[in-house]
Amino acid sequence: MGIFNFFSKDKKEKLDKGLEKTKENVFGKISRAVAGKSTIDELALDDIEEALITSDIGVETTLKIIGKLEERVAKNKYINTAELNDFLKAEISLLMKEGYDEIPKVDGPYVIMVVGVNGVGKTTTIGKLAHQFKQQGKKVVLGAADTFRAAAVDQLLIWADRVGVEIVKQDMGSDPASVCFDTLQSAKASGADVVIIDTAGRLHNKINLMNELTKIKNVMAKVILEAPHDVMLVLDASTGQNAIEQATQFTKATEVNSLALTKLDGTAKGGVVIGISDQFQIPVRYIGVGEGVEDLQVFNKNEFVDSLFN
Amino acid sequence: MFENLSEKLDKAFKVLKGQGSISEINVAQTMKQIRKALLAADVDFKTAKSFTSRVQEKAMGEKVLTAIDPGQLLTKIMKDELATLMGSEQSDISLDGSPTVILIAGLQGSGKTTFSGKLALLLKSKKNKRPLLVACDVYRPAAIDQIGVLAEQVGVDVYQDRKNKNPVEIAQAAIKHAKTNGHNVVIIDTAGRLAVDEQMMKEISAVKSAVNPNETLFVVDAMTGQDAVNTAKAFNEKLNFDGVVLTKLDGDTRGGAALTIRSVVDKPIKFIGTSEKMDGLDVFHPDRMASRILGMGDVISLVERAQQQFDEEEARRVQKKIAKNQFGFDDFLKQIQQVKKMGNMKDLVGMIPGMGKAMKGVDMDDDAFKGIEAIIHSMTKQERENPKLLNGSRKKRIASGSGTTVVEVNQLIKQFSQMGKMMKMMQGGGAKQMMQMMKGKGGIPGM
Repeated sequence: MGIFNFFSKDKKEKLDKGLEKTKENVFGKISRAVAGKSTIDELALDDIEEALITSDIGVETTLKIIGKLEERVAKNKYINTAELNDFLKAEISLLMKEGYDEIPKVDGPYVIMVVGVNGVGKTTTIGKLAHQFKQQGKKVVLGAADTFRAAAVDQLLIWADRVGVEIVKQDMGSDPASVCFDTLQSAKASGADVVIIDTAGRLHNKINLMNELTKIKNVMAKVILEAPHDVMLVLDASTGQNAIEQATQFTKATEVNSLALTKLDGTAKGGVVIGISDQFQIPVRYIGVGEGVEDLQVFNKNEFVDSLFN
Repeated sequence: MFENLSEKLDKAFKVLKGQGSISEINVAQTMKQIRKALLAADVDFKTAKSFTSRVQEKAMGEKVLTAIDPGQLLTKIMKDELATLMGSEQSDISLDGSPTVILIAGLQGSGKTTFSGKLALLLKSKKNKRPLLVACDVYRPAAIDQIGVLAEQVGVDVYQDRKNKNPVEIAQAAIKHAKTNGHNVVIIDTAGRLAVDEQMMKEISAVKSAVNPNETLFVVDAMTGQDAVNTAKAFNEKLNFDGVVLTKLDGDTRGGAALTIRSVVDKPIKFIGTSEKMDGLDVFHPDRMASRILGMGDVISLVERAQQQFDEEEARRVQKKIAKNQFGFDDFLKQIQQVKKMGNMKDLVGMIPGMGKAMKGVDMDDDAFKGIEAIIHSMTKQERENPKLLNGSRKKRIASGSGTTVVEVNQLIKQFSQMGKMMKMMQGGGAKQMMQMMKGKGGIPGM
């Protein structure tokens, strides 16, 4: 079963499999929409619109893409399916930022703070991430700053054991900012390379909880001036347009500078990241494509878009 | 919840409201905007399409064009349609069987375990049941611990078997355990699973046929996008569930799943999750939700909640004090606690007609009272009973004791005395009094 299946073989296969539904949904429909037609007419444009919207790409982004397509069609009415695919691929690529996997050299440990609403998969992502860094030979310390949700600390503790990294924790209900302070001090003292902070899931419209997050973030600078170097927002691929509001509010509270998109191995299409990447100019850094410890991949824009088309 | 959709529909209606008479083109344009709003709220593409065309048809049939107030008529048509779409009747869960067996299923992270805890509390406190929570998520790290902690929080028993990795066996053993230990409800929490994971879907089917539940509930995150339809369909095909639980509705704006699921799988939404607290579980009222979507507010829910939480005796005691001019800061503190018990403040205010929109983006969480409580806690007993004692040096001491400023202390005292006057003016029943306090926005400091 998922979690115990530590070393899954073919990463690419997983991604393709996960994205297959996306492909079927968007491009299957589009192919059908334009099949047997030598030109793109109103009706085909409507079908493309439907295909994009049902993939959670969103009304605004869809209209943006359709607008570009209309311009293109106005210039040249005789566009075929292959050209259409290329055109859409290019347009979607343009909307997305390039991801990155390297951790820049910093003075002391590189601190990643992981945030997001409830149930998106923050803790699981952290477990997988810790495993990747460990594999790269880095010394990793986890900070269990979700002191609110029942058994959240235990969950992270199991992950720390499983991948063999250190963890700093306090009792449930203790001040998360204080956990972060401890974690950073301990990591600094022990010469760790990477610190990953787990925070409690919170709905982005709860102002006090968002203020708490700002406080957690600010406390880190007291130990390491530039920390956190990376604030990573975890998004659930099955989330609809609300993800945009999540990105807005979390960015406001913590200056999010990277995204992780989870649960892409389900039927969810993940189209919402296209709009978010575009609107906030934040790169998707990782994608989750399974429950295994290895099922976290560095996001590659070209691969992602290619997987949609090939 | 749903503020954004209401807002967008408002905007769409404005086109109509601004005009005395409207043309067919106008209606079509409005419908287009309504459809866009529904899509932005994650309503399924097809559902949105059929919904708008049905509304348009009805609008034409009911002569919206010649109505005195076309906007209002259209609102009514939409509200009725929305209610129909979400199921026109409220439906309860079945508590037959001895014990009643309730199976919980859903995707990862949808909120199954939290819901299981909430349901156990609800059945215990409202239906006088003795529920047993069963930990059948054998995969996710610490899932068993999580349900154990929740069981303790709500004060019910939990059945767990850490050595067994077979959910079917655990569920069966749990029911046996329930029978011998006098539990009349068994709530089986299962692992999150993707609809495309065949092995896991087989597993939950096996659990279902082994325990033959009286009620199978499908838990879904209210923020789910277009995929809600696929997932609901897939789970329904495998499990033929009896009802839907919509979680995280205390988030903002979206609720497309609520509009869609019922119509697509023809299963009622039975519960909604409205906070992280264990009592944050509501019964789903389709008609109220329809009003809410259209920005008409939900006064009935608000009154019900106020009545539930309001301690009648306490109210009488306070009233006597008010009448005798003895209302002190301690009583005020108790009042605040009463209000807090009613739930998330923003949630409550959102139920007042017209307030949902006004409150958008306004800071108002449960902690809104924190500063007030700190100030009152920094007063001596005498000061609390007799606010007139508060002179300059006392205020200074209170400010430093509560980590506030003298200005803030003064503000509280002023608002407190205003409130005292206001409360004296009203001598109604308990719940009514609470309602008045809620409505008089300036009445409660910090609101």
